[in-house]
Amino acid sequence: MSAPEQRRLIFKHIDEPGYTNDLACYVRNGGYEVLKKSVARKPEEIVDEVKKSGLRGRGGAGFPCGVKWSLLDRKSGKPIYLVVNADESEPGTFKDRYIIHQDPHQLLEGIMITCFANNVKQAYIYIRGEFPHGARILEKAIAEARAANFVGPNVLGTTYSCEILVHRGAGAYICGEETGLIESLEGKRPYPRIKPPYFPAVLGLYQCPTIVNNVETLCHVKHIADFGSEAYSKIGTPNNTGTRILCVSGHVQRPGYYEYEVGKITLGQLLNDVCGGPLPGRTFKGVIPGGSSAKILRFGETFTLKNKDGSSRTLTVEDIPMDFDTLAACGTMGGSGGVIVMDDSVNMVDALANLNAFYAHESCGQCTPCREGSLWMKKITARMVHGDARSEDGTLLKSVADQIAGRTICAMGEACAWPTQSFVQKFGDEFKAYPETKNAPKPAGALELV
Amino acid sequence: MSLPANKPDLVTVNIDGKEIAVPKGTNVIEAARLVGVDVPHYCYHPKLSVVGNCRMCLVEMGLPAVDPATKQPIVDPATGKQKINWMPRPQIGCGTNAIPGLHIRTTTPQIKDCREGVMEFLLINHPLDCPICDQAGECKLQEQATGYGRGYSRFIEQKNVKPKRTQLGPRVTLDDERCVLCSRCIRFSKEVAKDDVLGFIDRGSYSTLTCYPGKQLENNYSLNTVDICPVGALTSTDFRFKMRVWFLKQTISIDTESSVGANTVVWSREGQIYRITPRRNDEVNDTWMPDSGRVLFKQVRDDSRLTAIQVNGQPANLDAAVSTATELLKTGNVAIVGSGRSSVEEQFLTKKIAGALKAPAYLVARVGEGDKLLVSADRNPNTRGALVTGLIAKLPSTQLTELAAAIDAGNVKTVLAINEDLAAAGLSAEQLAKVKIIYVGTHGNATTEAAQVILPTHTVFEKNGTFINQQFRLQKFSAAVPSVAGTTNDLVVLTKLLAAVGGNALSSDIVSLWTTIAAEVKLLAGLSFATLPETGVVLNSTDFANLPFSEGETLHYKPASKS
Repeated sequence: MSAPEQRRLIFKHIDEPGYTNDLACYVRNGGYEVLKKSVARKPEEIVDEVKKSGLRGRGGAGFPCGVKWSLLDRKSGKPIYLVVNADESEPGTFKDRYIIHQDPHQLLEGIMITCFANNVKQAYIYIRGEFPHGARILEKAIAEARAANFVGPNVLGTTYSCEILVHRGAGAYICGEETGLIESLEGKRPYPRIKPPYFPAVLGLYQCPTIVNNVETLCHVKHIADFGSEAYSKIGTPNNTGTRILCVSGHVQRPGYYEYEVGKITLGQLLNDVCGGPLPGRTFKGVIPGGSSAKILRFGETFTLKNKDGSSRTLTVEDIPMDFDTLAACGTMGGSGGVIVMDDSVNMVDALANLNAFYAHESCGQCTPCREGSLWMKKITARMVHGDARSEDGTLLKSVADQIAGRTICAMGEACAWPTQSFVQKFGDEFKAYPETKNAPKPAGALELV
Repeated sequence: MSLPANKPDLVTVNIDGKEIAVPKGTNVIEAARLVGVDVPHYCYHPKLSVVGNCRMCLVEMGLPAVDPATKQPIVDPATGKQKINWMPRPQIGCGTNAIPGLHIRTTTPQIKDCREGVMEFLLINHPLDCPICDQAGECKLQEQATGYGRGYSRFIEQKNVKPKRTQLGPRVTLDDERCVLCSRCIRFSKEVAKDDVLGFIDRGSYSTLTCYPGKQLENNYSLNTVDICPVGALTSTDFRFKMRVWFLKQTISIDTESSVGANTVVWSREGQIYRITPRRNDEVNDTWMPDSGRVLFKQVRDDSRLTAIQVNGQPANLDAAVSTATELLKTGNVAIVGSGRSSVEEQFLTKKIAGALKAPAYLVARVGEGDKLLVSADRNPNTRGALVTGLIAKLPSTQLTELAAAIDAGNVKTVLAINEDLAAAGLSAEQLAKVKIIYVGTHGNATTEAAQVILPTHTVFEKNGTFINQQFRLQKFSAAVPSVAGTTNDLVVLTKLLAAVGGNALSSDIVSLWTTIAAEVKLLAGLSFATLPETGVVLNSTDFANLPFSEGETLHYKPASKS
């Protein structure tokens, strides 16, 4: 079965020749028409549409967006904030930056519709420090939209007013965690908050009710407000509605970003048909399907899943549809959509050493298991690669990771533990044999470790 | 446990199978304490905000199962009781508050594993330098490693290296390698001392505690960070490397520097005091005390300490000195200067002496600036005691102007000064020369230079007694160390003087003396020294409601609003 066609909803104009990121181009292509429609509606209607659309967050956790909005404490009398998470920092993920760079007004329109629907008067775009150019583009876009009365006081002649402010981070992975992001936005160290009691929907930014949504998620809101929840929810598959952008990197012929209806394309179709399969002379070995913290899948493993009618089905890695639920059932996650492919030239210990170095560097240091565990795992894999590897190191690594996952303040605990847990579980033989194989010659063209 | 669970503010929770009713919102660590279950922790402190960062207090949490459709309890057929839905992930005890039906398990394999994991993580980069660490013996890391750790290490990598001796301020030295990053000190500085100077720099396991650029940890509460540091990271520069804590004897005491009366513990060995730390009293000082109160023990062995009884500049024995003093006192025209630093018992005896001699009694006020925390404007620890015992009837002033005038007028020929420097209270050298002075006190000063009789007595660290603080709370202190040679217990001196000037013969033993005090002082009726609780007893203060106390607010004291 060949791969389905891409369904470019969010990335409709990305890389389109002649399409520019200024307001005039956006308006020429029908931009801000949905906002015009929306401000004439009742805000609750839009919230309801988003709830019915089944839209799930595109940042990583896949939490239903409408549910997130409905948890907002609207009776507190405090202002409600929208915080746009543009801290796209999960390794392997490069979707939000294209929206920001090439179609920023799509994001602004999504933000304004969301703000209007939730009576938000102030929105913040928290953009990672490594995106200075993106921040400048957003600031220019906001100024244009403000001048055209799409943003700011009395939006489109109504009584509704809303401002958008761009805030640049300083380059920390943990600022992608929503409560860490809020702390950072408040000017503090981005130490994620304990939940309970600090659920953003109740005690978020400045202790006020706050929505934190990913860039791509907010772009989807625009399209839901455009075609209505019914039409939108027909895109994709049940409980996994809409489209999503898959960022493929690593050992495939054609890495890049591709937008598909959620669940309509399998991992095999994506990698073999869309991305052109493995590099010449190589075979696929493993794939991380949802950003580097997602658990790796080993080519050749199979998954037996329960169907609704009680029967079961067996899937290979290639059979897994790229949706939220099936990936979760296979023990990994759709995450942020970053698909990282590794072929047989990769030694899994080397690859894990690379990931562990990242997570040890990015642990904020607030809570014990992640702070100490991530660095310990990094020290173990670094020693294996650069010093004395022991055949029992794999077991130790797994045990350290087991002491982290599920015991930390935020999801960074899982983020740093899952790679180790899954690498050791699925490629345990490589870890055991590493003392003997580490100095074996690598296949030609294999990446050198830094 | 059959506690009244029907009270609206109480909820029944189940911890390791034991039911207990606790006020709603009590966290699991505190609730577990009540049923004798230890939930180990580092970052949680009952008087600071909850951050949940150490992850040592992880517990399993469950709630009674309810059918979502019918809202009826789901009964477990195996036990006949309502089923409990246990959460798959462990929860932090510090951040989990009591709600009706909350079930907690702390003894499951999962929790054992959690604690072993956290202990292992905390120790991998810890220098394990217990043999030279001041915290050894009172270290949470040691205690919990013993109680909940694996007992061996799997760590073969290089440990992190951090600064070993950073001066955070004049009194606090930081060993960063020992720090477990619990942030108690940061929260204390910010939330209690209101001096936000501490923070972490760098990230992950390389996080390091430091002062903000250009700032120092120098506020008068800085040493509380040393007390609450669960490990040996923050150390007192004064106490550092002086003494192993397990050799030290603990004696309860009271901070004498102001009318707040912070509760303290005096730590001593072989007659020498090494440090003073706060003692928890939730109604007075919580778990804090000022730095300034921690060095007061140095007065015990101060060079100016009076250590010889003297009559007219010559050494004398106690009886000779008392008899000379009695002769002077019996000549009439006596004034007595009592002290707001004397204990209730001493003030009671002073009052009796004044009564026997029909002499006026004065008190010297000491006034400073209140810090709104644990140092009040009234720098006497026991002004209220003088009021309660009747030694004085109105609030004292800082200067003895009335006495000065009486001396100038020739109406006062002899002054019995109890531990008060009359020169510091405004009497001139000429005025001091005009009178005979009997000095009962601890340290030398301008008054002792001019005194005919000097009776050296004990500091607060060498005797037992009580003070009444600004809340009219009667609090006791005990002798921590034997008295310095050549000094006599204040109660012995005062009872001898009282008997010699014709008053009742009273016992100088504090417990016996209290039967007299309880019988004679209306507000102290029914109390006794032996049974006085360590956290004190609040007296009825309505008699003094109209006095113009002007100490300002402190941690647990709000001045009565003046209408």
